[in-house]
Amino acid sequence: MTIAATQPILPNRPRLTGRISDFLWKHPQVLLAVLLGPPVLWLGIIYLGSLFALLLQSFFSIDDFSGLINYEFTLATYKQLLSDANFDIIVRTVLMAATVTLFSALIAFPIAYYAARYARGKWKAVFYLGVMLPLWSSYLVKIYAWKLILAKEGILTWAFTKLNLLWLLDGWLSLPVIGGNSLSVSYTGTFLVFVYVWMPFMILPIQAALERIPANLIEASSDLGGTPQQTFRHVLFPLALPGIVAGSIFTFSLTLGDYIIPQIVGSSRLFIGQAVYAQQGTAGNIPLAAAFTVVPIIIMGLYLWMAKRMGAFDAL
Amino acid sequence: MTAAVLFENVSRHFGTVKAVDAVDLEIAAGEFFAMLGPSGSGKTTCLRLMAGFEQPTGGHIEIFGETAEGVPPYRRSVNTVFQDYALFPHLSILDNVAYGLMVKGIGRQERHRAAEDALAMVKLPGYGQRRPGQLSGGQRQRVALARALVNKPKVLLLDEPLGALDLKLREQMQEELKSLQKSLGITFVFVTHDQGEALSMADRIAVFNDGKIQQLGTPEDIYQRPQTRFVADFVGSSNILSSAICARLGVPAAAASLRPEAIAIGTSWAEQLTLPGTVTARSFLGAVHRVSVDCDGEKIVVSSPAAMPLPDIGAEVQLAFSRNDLHLMEVA
Repeated sequence: MTIAATQPILPNRPRLTGRISDFLWKHPQVLLAVLLGPPVLWLGIIYLGSLFALLLQSFFSIDDFSGLINYEFTLATYKQLLSDANFDIIVRTVLMAATVTLFSALIAFPIAYYAARYARGKWKAVFYLGVMLPLWSSYLVKIYAWKLILAKEGILTWAFTKLNLLWLLDGWLSLPVIGGNSLSVSYTGTFLVFVYVWMPFMILPIQAALERIPANLIEASSDLGGTPQQTFRHVLFPLALPGIVAGSIFTFSLTLGDYIIPQIVGSSRLFIGQAVYAQQGTAGNIPLAAAFTVVPIIIMGLYLWMAKRMGAFDAL
Repeated sequence: MTAAVLFENVSRHFGTVKAVDAVDLEIAAGEFFAMLGPSGSGKTTCLRLMAGFEQPTGGHIEIFGETAEGVPPYRRSVNTVFQDYALFPHLSILDNVAYGLMVKGIGRQERHRAAEDALAMVKLPGYGQRRPGQLSGGQRQRVALARALVNKPKVLLLDEPLGALDLKLREQMQEELKSLQKSLGITFVFVTHDQGEALSMADRIAVFNDGKIQQLGTPEDIYQRPQTRFVADFVGSSNILSSAICARLGVPAAAASLRPEAIAIGTSWAEQLTLPGTVTARSFLGAVHRVSVDCDGEKIVVSSPAAMPLPDIGAEVQLAFSRNDLHLMEVA
């Protein structure tokens, strides 16, 4: 078989697909437009457009007597948002989100560190499976399973009884605010379920960030006299920070917006998500519901701004 | 006088792989010591044993008379210049250089002043505010050097530090490293696979292969009097003459090494040894021609000055060399 071409340059490809392909090769900007057009339209119109429409609603108000929306720009709804009862909801949700994020990061870091630095081959697969597996099962089922675990007659109470540690559980539940009749109706229970459900979103970005840190930077720090603690503080942590921030954006914003977990596991006191659900549903107060949704957006914006000021993205 | 680094029967095995196998080594204080060998020969593992990144599976290591095995890297007065420099990407150049002083708790002003001085020493004054990503390879290499030297280590370890630089820069850095070592008087241990680099810089060279030291000596020793076929072959490209050819030359030996540049083509004096052969290939290398000659089925490479007349391929030639240039080896 000869592979020598008879001509130095081959003729144009005859079929239509070939001609299109040649045309796109010559005009890469057309290719880019074709590839990016649909997703940009989707993002711009359907996604951002609907979000913007929602935000717009928050500047309208509701007529208390007729229950109809008054389409005039006003800040009345925001005034309502900052009333004591509603502001309590915001503070409660933000505190919960912050606690959940902090503990998720504390638990996720060692797991991610092990996966990034030590796990190889089979153990890496086990790690990914272990982290992802809960994400593949229904969110509702997981939460109801947790309700059963945390209930007064549940497995956790049983385990504490068998270990003669029931006094510890009762002591915890008797604490103000975080306690309650049982774990399943306390903030502690809500917190545990939040941490469980969002954990993969914290582990994966931290693991990705740690994986990108060359091992010889750790050695270099040690070589220059840095103790393991100093190496963590001055090298490992700053370089992992973008991953921790990325993970915390997930856990923080997901907790801010969730309305199912606190409804199933927790007390009757509302979180932002539940407030939105109640305002747009039974209360029919779309403007106030919209105003509530603005809160997480503003908080996340502030959080990112602060993270940037702290240099969280310097190593990107 | 205590040795800067002492290895007694040191081994580092990874499972069944003997990366370093029963190595004895004594590096004198203030010496420029090179560890030369192909990749996988154990030279880098030896360096990592000195730095403390690896612990020996057997044997004893001393650094300036003190036991080093079981001592973590951060408690050794030994600093490393890494092959790919390992600069901290999130810190400025100044903070990179000052890192060792920072973790020792030295105040900001003092450590920054020391870092500025170290940067000036490696000819990068005023680069302190940049980031590692904004520097060229050669500049990063100098920063890595400054970062190690600012700690005034007892021993400086260099892991192929010039490997990533282009030829011109490499030659320049070789000279600078050598003069820096002379003026500072610090023991340098230098790992390289480039025999030219080892020969030109080191006071003594250890040639590694398969986790063992093949030969240890001055550059002249290693180059002129290789003790094994491996050393003769790896350090420069010596010709190895078989016992049959040795016998023909009247020097009974298992094998002998002969440097390409010790051979002349055509001309000979009475006291010289000669070998007839056929030219099989030739190439121009700038200052010299490299000529391959076939002598009874054995290939002998001759490095002939470019000014000398060049024989054609297929020509019958006489190879002439002095008996003194022929180094007998005990093993083939």
